[in-house]
Amino acid sequence: MARDLSYKAVMSRRKEIMEKALGMDYSEFIRSPLAFDYEGMMEKVGYSLERVRAIQSEVGVGNTPLLELRNITELVRRTSRPGMGARILVKDEAANPSGSFKDRRASVSVYHAKVHGYRGVLAATSGNYGAAVASQAAIRGLDCIIVQETFDSRHVGQPEIVEKSRKCEAFGAEVVQLTVGPELFYVALMLLEETGFFNASLYSPFGIAGIETLGYEIAQQCRERYGKDPAYVVVTHAGGGNVTGTARGLRKAGALKTKVIGASVDLTGLHMASDTDFNRKSFTTGHTGFGVPFATWPDRTDVPRNAARPLRYMDRYVLVTQGEVFYVTQALAEVEGLERGPAGNTSLAAAIALARELPQDELVVVQETEYTGAGKHPQAQLNFAKQNGVIVRRGDPRENVPGKVIVIPEEFSQLHVTEFPMEKLRKSYLKNAVERTGVKEVTPEDVKFLAEDSRQTEDEVASYLEQLGVKVLGKA
Amino acid sequence: MHNIILKPGERSPDVPADTAKTPLQCWVKGWALEEAGVGERIKIRTPAGRTVEGTLTAVNPGYTHSFGPSVPELQGIGAELRKLLREGKSSG
Repeated sequence: MARDLSYKAVMSRRKEIMEKALGMDYSEFIRSPLAFDYEGMMEKVGYSLERVRAIQSEVGVGNTPLLELRNITELVRRTSRPGMGARILVKDEAANPSGSFKDRRASVSVYHAKVHGYRGVLAATSGNYGAAVASQAAIRGLDCIIVQETFDSRHVGQPEIVEKSRKCEAFGAEVVQLTVGPELFYVALMLLEETGFFNASLYSPFGIAGIETLGYEIAQQCRERYGKDPAYVVVTHAGGGNVTGTARGLRKAGALKTKVIGASVDLTGLHMASDTDFNRKSFTTGHTGFGVPFATWPDRTDVPRNAARPLRYMDRYVLVTQGEVFYVTQALAEVEGLERGPAGNTSLAAAIALARELPQDELVVVQETEYTGAGKHPQAQLNFAKQNGVIVRRGDPRENVPGKVIVIPEEFSQLHVTEFPMEKLRKSYLKNAVERTGVKEVTPEDVKFLAEDSRQTEDEVASYLEQLGVKVLGKA
Repeated sequence: MHNIILKPGERSPDVPADTAKTPLQCWVKGWALEEAGVGERIKIRTPAGRTVEGTLTAVNPGYTHSFGPSVPELQGIGAELRKLLREGKSSG
């Protein structure tokens, strides 16, 4: 009998398709519609940090250089109060085989797929992750399909994504290119069902375990070279995996005082699934269109429970503008001799402003770079923006309006961050938890889970849930 | 080759209005399993070993993305920062 391939029918088979494609049954961790055993799930992966390091070292992933940005640090100090301006270091993740930290994420999934006898791997992603999975699959001898959101309905491709298609194909992968829309996951499900490939999801425990080595290496390298842990590690935040994995790695290294700061490009006002906004974003990742929804409700992915849970780990969340990221990308090339990014430099733009808050003997680590190339470059992105009617000019970055005006700063001193209140993210998380699950009452176990998941006290959670009209059971 | 995966009326209820008016389209590359001209139906074998059918849109498609012309708004940044760096040391 032919399978029903309609949107509704495929989505209703989602659970069974996923279980087969991940070889993992999530039900043993799920405690209620809200609560699940997060640490139990992460443990169950069965890959310790040492094991992940061994897997990654086999395929040339990790152990990337930690570079000191001497000229940028000097510029920060020139534009700070006397004695202020922490040393800025960058983890050169572009040195990984496919050119980004995503190799860490892909390495464990592809290894796991190989060991468990899958013929191929599939990932639904328009980002560097596709190239990472394709590269790892090439190394391990598996077939690979990458499903991408590449074009608007006129078949005009975002240049950065078109470059990422090319990169995946360079590693021998099949790239399924789609027009804009969340049905990317529907297509991925159909293909998983058709091929029986492993789902190299960005959000499985394997993917997150792979990033822990990044946080661990940062702590080790800082201690070896500077005899101390970094004060801040700044992480470009989109889907939440980067923040989660890096912070877990830092904790495993014992760097408990290091603050983990998420940074995103502010794309407020643009709709992520909109056909007309698609080619006006000028950024394909590291922006608030992913950063805010994934922080305030992680369980919106292709897996039953997301292993990336940024609210558990993020100490602060800051926003930068599009123009500032392009500016620092150019600065990185011209005063540090490193042509990287652009999207990966979101955290660098934030780090420059954040380093001014700290004395000169402190360390601020920017935890990634990514490769650059045709299409995936400030020049390509700005030309494309202009073609799509976006104004590009120099000026005060505060005048930047996503989708309308990209303002490239005139002065280094103009680089700034806008604090996104954590309180707002936490409340929004609880609101989503209630709306998405439809719960009318919560148990003490639910409250405990929500408190851990959003880093609030149980009392804070209970009182806000009551304001939302939810009955808190077992409360005196 | 090209295919329409979902027609406008079949799309996810979650897509915004402008996207809902458009079909979900798909392009896949592979090696032709039969003779066909552009605009005709064709069967191809993909790099992952799948056989798929659709409308042929291009033969030996390549890449045309580039850096594009120089962007004046980025031009001065390096020189400005180097000048700043040459003007003496910071307090620290």
